[in-house]
Amino acid sequence: MVAILEAKNIVKVYPNGVVANKGVSISVEENTIHALVGENGSGKTTLMKVIFGIEKPQDGEVFFQGRKVQVKNPHDAIALGIGMVHQHFMLAPDLTVAENLVLGQEPLKNKFVLDTKKAQEITQEISEKYKLPVPPNKKIKDLPLGIKQRVEILKVLLRNAKLLILDEPTSVLTPQETEVLFQTLRELKKYGKTIIFISHKLKEIKEISDKVTVMRDGRIIDTRDANELSEHDISFLMVGRDISYERVSASEAIGEPLLKVNNISFTNEENSPVLKNISFEIKAGEIVGLAGIEGNGQNELVEILTGLRKADKGELFLKQENINNLSPRKLREKKICYIPADRMKNGVAEKTTLEENFIVDRYCQPPFSRGFRLNWKYIEKYSKELIRKFQILAHSSKATVDSLSGGNIQKVVVARELSADPKIIVADQPTRGIDVGSEELVHNLLIDARDKGSAVFLISANLDEIIKLSSKIMVIYQGEIVARFDKIDGIRDVDLGHYMLGLKRGEV
Amino acid sequence: MGPLLDSILSPAFGFAILRIMTPILFPTIGVAISSLAGSINIAMEGTMLMSAFTGVIVSYFTKNIYLALLAGILVGVTMGFVLGYFHLKLKADIILSAIALNMFASGFTIFMLFLIAKDKGTSISLRSLVFPDIHLPLIKEIPIIGEILSGHNLLTYVAILSIIFMYFLIYKTRLGLRIRAVGQNPDAAESVGIDVKRIKLYSLLISGFFGALGGLYLSMGYVSWFGRDMTAGRGFIAVAASNLGGHLPLGVFISSLFFGLINAISIYLAPLRLPSEFTHLIPYVTTIIALTFYSIRMTRKKKAYKGKI
Ligand SMILES: Nc1ncnc2c1ncn2[C@@H]1O[C@H](COP(=O)(O)OP(=O)(O)OP(=O)(O)O)[C@@H](O)[C@H]1O
Ligand SMILES: [Mg+2]
Repeated sequence: MVAILEAKNIVKVYPNGVVANKGVSISVEENTIHALVGENGSGKTTLMKVIFGIEKPQDGEVFFQGRKVQVKNPHDAIALGIGMVHQHFMLAPDLTVAENLVLGQEPLKNKFVLDTKKAQEITQEISEKYKLPVPPNKKIKDLPLGIKQRVEILKVLLRNAKLLILDEPTSVLTPQETEVLFQTLRELKKYGKTIIFISHKLKEIKEISDKVTVMRDGRIIDTRDANELSEHDISFLMVGRDISYERVSASEAIGEPLLKVNNISFTNEENSPVLKNISFEIKAGEIVGLAGIEGNGQNELVEILTGLRKADKGELFLKQENINNLSPRKLREKKICYIPADRMKNGVAEKTTLEENFIVDRYCQPPFSRGFRLNWKYIEKYSKELIRKFQILAHSSKATVDSLSGGNIQKVVVARELSADPKIIVADQPTRGIDVGSEELVHNLLIDARDKGSAVFLISANLDEIIKLSSKIMVIYQGEIVARFDKIDGIRDVDLGHYMLGLKRGEV
Repeated sequence: MGPLLDSILSPAFGFAILRIMTPILFPTIGVAISSLAGSINIAMEGTMLMSAFTGVIVSYFTKNIYLALLAGILVGVTMGFVLGYFHLKLKADIILSAIALNMFASGFTIFMLFLIAKDKGTSISLRSLVFPDIHLPLIKEIPIIGEILSGHNLLTYVAILSIIFMYFLIYKTRLGLRIRAVGQNPDAAESVGIDVKRIKLYSLLISGFFGALGGLYLSMGYVSWFGRDMTAGRGFIAVAASNLGGHLPLGVFISSLFFGLINAISIYLAPLRLPSEFTHLIPYVTTIIALTFYSIRMTRKKKAYKGKI
């Protein structure tokens, strides 16, 4: 096999002094699916950005199809035949699919005038060729995530990419969408394409990839054939220790109901009923998991629970106390904590420091402030403690959040929320985009909180996570709880899948 | 109220609306195009002043209206370029840079006026050429409609045609598509090899061009002289109008027409012996009210969108 891409001794130092790649060499064989795995902050995204010309390395060289190349910007990379699908989508929301696809190489009629018809033809053609149906005249903002990603992939294919880089493409997808993506990737392989695939989900890596490269702390640890490695081996290589995937034992100390949700209904601004008579309760020492395909009302439910939205009908109770319509601040004072699904939007202020992000919900209480003044000395000490305890990879507690890797940003949110001594924890996709080691850490922290008597409400698109942690499971479909499982032992993800897709209804 | 109603229902009032709309429509188009590219040009006030002044001076000294037009446009485009240089090259905040340019333009034009005309108020002593009025054949024969539509200054027609030009530019050309893409997601545009800064600069140059036409109309059509700060906030009303119109051609036209109407009303109210402070206030108060309604609507829309996710 010949290598299509070879990177040698890549060194990348960010302006803040972080050495993200410490002499990385990687070789990717033509026409393979090559997985890149590693802990949060191990330098995967950085390496890909170097190859794609977004970041300039301090040292090292890149060979593409046997020739040494200088990739100074994404334009050069595209010209060579390298395409990248970023973790956050690079699409203009108000433009149509066709317009987004041809952007940068628009077909023209008389030098200036856009050839809209041609653009649609091009879209149709490429989408048929690779069997990736998209609606050419729909605006991007009206499309679901899976289709947006498909547009991204088509964009890359349209530019004749031979090598496709996909940075955590599955972290925002449902299991069903992931399956569709994998069919696409296999199809692309038949067309002779090479794919670099970054993911934290070991099952997926086993399923789809031919080769696996493991990174740790800015270095490459090993590259192997995927079928030589078990999931276990991969996680061992990544974090250097064993990780348990066993279902955790149920808590012994189940107490009184802490959170009671009575008949919550919500109709959105467009008059469609998003939540229909949702009722459940969570006892102290319990983790209740909510499974469901994204967009079935989970967001609204979570926002109602955390005071970001008002329900049309129904009541919320913390023990005996009615907590309807309390402000988020009041809810936080009552020790209801929230790990939001979209960390960048609701979890952190990205331009501010870790310290500031840690104290946003508690800055006004002693010992964080004394009278009018913030006690920065204490805040720094406190932040360093959190960074250590939650194993956040940051070069200082005064680093801004946007200089952290995706998974480490998630840990900042988790650290703040779980350190608030919560009674109720609303954890919405708490491990999205974080590596297996950190995932285990977050899971253990949730279990610790549970054992200390917190009530945990876990919303996740990751069924393995739900099954592993929950004491009880509910399935939501089109705003209704369609199934409840009070005994978890022996439940498989496919069982839940039927309810999630609305194919089956249980006793509720 | 009788005489007022009579005059408002007369064709002359319709004519006045179009006339008054012209110096708002031009800068509104300018603001809209720059906003679509994601770098709003609020230096329209200053751009208009500089071009209005340049037009008068050049036409006075050369007696050549083409040269005046050319010079005015050149100065307007230069203002757009300077703003682009501050913002894109020196990475200064675009709003602050624009405010600086507005203040500079106000002071500079007064200073030059004093040097040339020895007058800090107006250039009445400097006779300016004006762009011709156009009488539309056929249309002018139609009763009422003819009276409203025909006989306007050349630049009024240019302004209305500019809406069509803007539509064509935004939706039918490559530059327009790129302007929209850059405004909506610069990273996306960059990732397909588009030079984001260049596109933003182009949009600022175009907005300078339209600001220039607005200024030239003021001093060489609307009136035939230059007066200190004669733009009287039109450049800022344009920012409001562009937002109200969603930065899109039809919306921009309708909102400019709306502000034209409000201004016309405030002028027609003047003979009613209301305090002039009050009638002068009307356009600005309306702007604030319109913007308030606009923001309420936008928040609603956003919420509706959020609910959909
Ligand atoms: N723009 C930046 N400025 C400064 N430091 C950065 C920047 N981007 C990343 N880093 C740092 O570089 C290191 C590697 O980050 P990178 O994003 O490559 O990690 P990753 O392997 O993709 O992690 P994840 O799985 O969490 O996405 C991290 O320590 C991160 O904090
Ligand atoms: Mg990453």
